[in-house]
This record gives sequence, structure tokens and C-alpha cells, in this order.
Amino acid sequence: MSPLLQTALELIVAAGLVGGGFFALVGSWGLIRLPRPMQRLHAPTKATTIGVGAALLASSIGDLPFGGPLSMQEWLITLFLLLTAPVSALFLAKTLILRGEADPNIPETGTGQPWATLADERKDP
Amino acid sequence: MILAYALTFMFICIALAFALNLWRLFTAPTVTDRIVTLDTMTINAIALVVLYGIRAESGLYLEAAVLLALTGFVGTVAYCKYLLRGSIIE
Amino acid sequence: MLKRLYPHPYLSLTLVALWFLLVNDWKLGSLVMAVILATILPLVTSAWWPDRPRIRHPLRLASYTALVFWDIIVANFQVAYVILFVPRDKIRSCWITVPLDLDSPEAISLLAGTITMTPGTLSSDMSACGRALLIHALNAPHPDTVRDQIKSRYEARLKRIFE
Repeated sequence: MSPLLQTALELIVAAGLVGGGFFALVGSWGLIRLPRPMQRLHAPTKATTIGVGAALLASSIGDLPFGGPLSMQEWLITLFLLLTAPVSALFLAKTLILRGEADPNIPETGTGQPWATLADERKDP
Repeated sequence: MILAYALTFMFICIALAFALNLWRLFTAPTVTDRIVTLDTMTINAIALVVLYGIRAESGLYLEAAVLLALTGFVGTVAYCKYLLRGSIIE
Repeated sequence: MLKRLYPHPYLSLTLVALWFLLVNDWKLGSLVMAVILATILPLVTSAWWPDRPRIRHPLRLASYTALVFWDIIVANFQVAYVILFVPRDKIRSCWITVPLDLDSPEAISLLAGTITMTPGTLSSDMSACGRALLIHALNAPHPDTVRDQIKSRYEARLKRIFE
């Protein structure tokens, strides 16, 4: 491997680490700073997930500059986090809506039916 | 060389994020906020484990990260379902 | 016969790929184990997933994934900007109702996941009849623009892929 490519790879890994740390910190700061409960949901779903994603990317290609193999397990964790973050965010939002802690001015559905969380007989959890 | 500095920087960032999360956990106004914070803490813990794996130059820690990701997600959903329905397994 | 043995071919392929990612090693033994899992798991779980989702254009699904990945990165810079620099009382959050044109549950859950991961929006609830999504926007001075963008950028593409 040429020294130039090695330096470039090292720079990419370092950028991933620095960016990941920045976004993870911003996500946790957002939890404290944002004033309303629904706004606070935005911080962990987006900022923190991309923070971990960047760290995992750095870990995946981190051995390449030193002649090591490309590690694929990190991609599994990234994929899993990207798939599960919306689901846990949806559950948290439903909890907020049901407990009345979300912003109260929820609009109508426009279809004549209520929102699933607030309907009398909830079929799906 | 630059990698060691970047790694240290991210360790500090994650540690600060953990401190902010703990502070939030103690001062959170509602139960739902605590669940959000715990979810964030799980994700930060995954980052910490992965970082330690990079520093220790070992792939073993990734298995722990996979397990944390799985249990963290199930834990968050179980908490929410308990608040939504009053029971977890129906 | 092949249809009975593999009720969800895409799920089976995904399981093989996931098993290789988990094992992190390219060996013949892993392939055998992956094929065994990819045969058993869809058969055992097919009772909970009777319909086979129709993906008309797998290639378009790949380009959609690339678009969403790019949007996730952009979204993070926007959310970080709002968290760090916009004053607390100037953050204009609002609810948005998005009427749905999609029918298949897979397409709707994909759309909801996309909305959560992309710029400043979070899918929060669905109407009881499944024809509308409730979305919370972190900082949206113009709610109608956000709704139009979701419909044209994501929903139209998903409709072409699935229906």
C-alpha cells in the first residue's frame, strides 16, 4: 500500500472518529437543551445514531492502513441501529401522545377516523 | 499518530455525553424522558465498547456491541409497551 | 415446490447476508449454516407474514436506499444546527398530517422509517384506518412544504417500487 493511500485512509478514520464524537455529544446535549418532550425525541434518533455509525465505520476500516482486513461486523450493528431507531422513536412518540405529554394541538387525521393511539379500541400495540 | 489523538477526542466526547445523560436521568421531568435518556445511554455505551475495541485492537468487543444493540432496543420497546398497555407480553 | 420451501426469497437472501456479517469470516461452514437458517426461519415465521411483498423494481430500491443514506447525513447536520444554534424559543415545532397513497404495509413502514431518519421529522402515529401518518417536525416554519417534500421525494418513489 502506498504511503499516500495509507495517509488518506488514516485521515478518513480520524474524521469518522472526530465527527462521531461530535454528533454523540450534540445528541446528548440536545436532550438537555430542547424545551419540549416531542423535540427531545429528535436528538437521540438522529444525532446519536449517526455518531455511533461514524465510530463503527472507523472501526470497520481502521485496520486497513496497517495492512489488516476489512471488518464486516460493524456494518451489521450500523444496519441494526438504523432499522431499530425509527421503531423505538415511534413507540416513544406513541407513549408521549397517550400520556398527554406531547404538544396538545394534534391535528385531525383527515380520514374521519381517530389516531390509532387515541382510538377507543386499540388493536395494535 | 493522528488516529490516537482522534480516538482520545472521541473517548472524551462520549464520556461527556454520558455525564450529560446521567444528569438528565436525575433531573428528567417525566418517565418517558427517562426512557429516551436510557435509550441514548445504550447507544453511547455501544460507541464506548466499539472504541475500546479499536484501542485494544481486538474484534472480540464487537460481539458485546451487537448484544448491547439487541437488548437496548428490546428494553426500550418493553418499557414503552408497559406504559402503553400496562403489560409487556399479552 | 421452491415456492413452498422458500415463502420469502428476499428474506432468505437477507438472512444469508446477515449471517455472514455476524460471523465476519468467509468459510464454507458459515455458508452451510446460513443456508440452513435461511430455510428454517422463513418457514417457521411464515404464519405471521402470510403475504409476499411485491418488489417491482429491486434496482430502484437500491437507489432509494442510497438517497435515504445521503439524506440521513444531511439531516444530522440540520438537527445539530438546530440543537446548537437556534434559540430555544425560536424553534418552531409543529404537527403535520400526511395522507397516504400507499397500500402495502411494508411500503408504509418503510416510509415511516425514512421520515424518522431524515431532516427534522419524526413519524409519531398512524390513523386507525391506516390512511394517514402523524408527523412531528422539529423546526418547520412552513409545514406544507415539508408535507409536499415527503410526498414527492419519498412516497412517490416507494409507490413506483412497490405498486
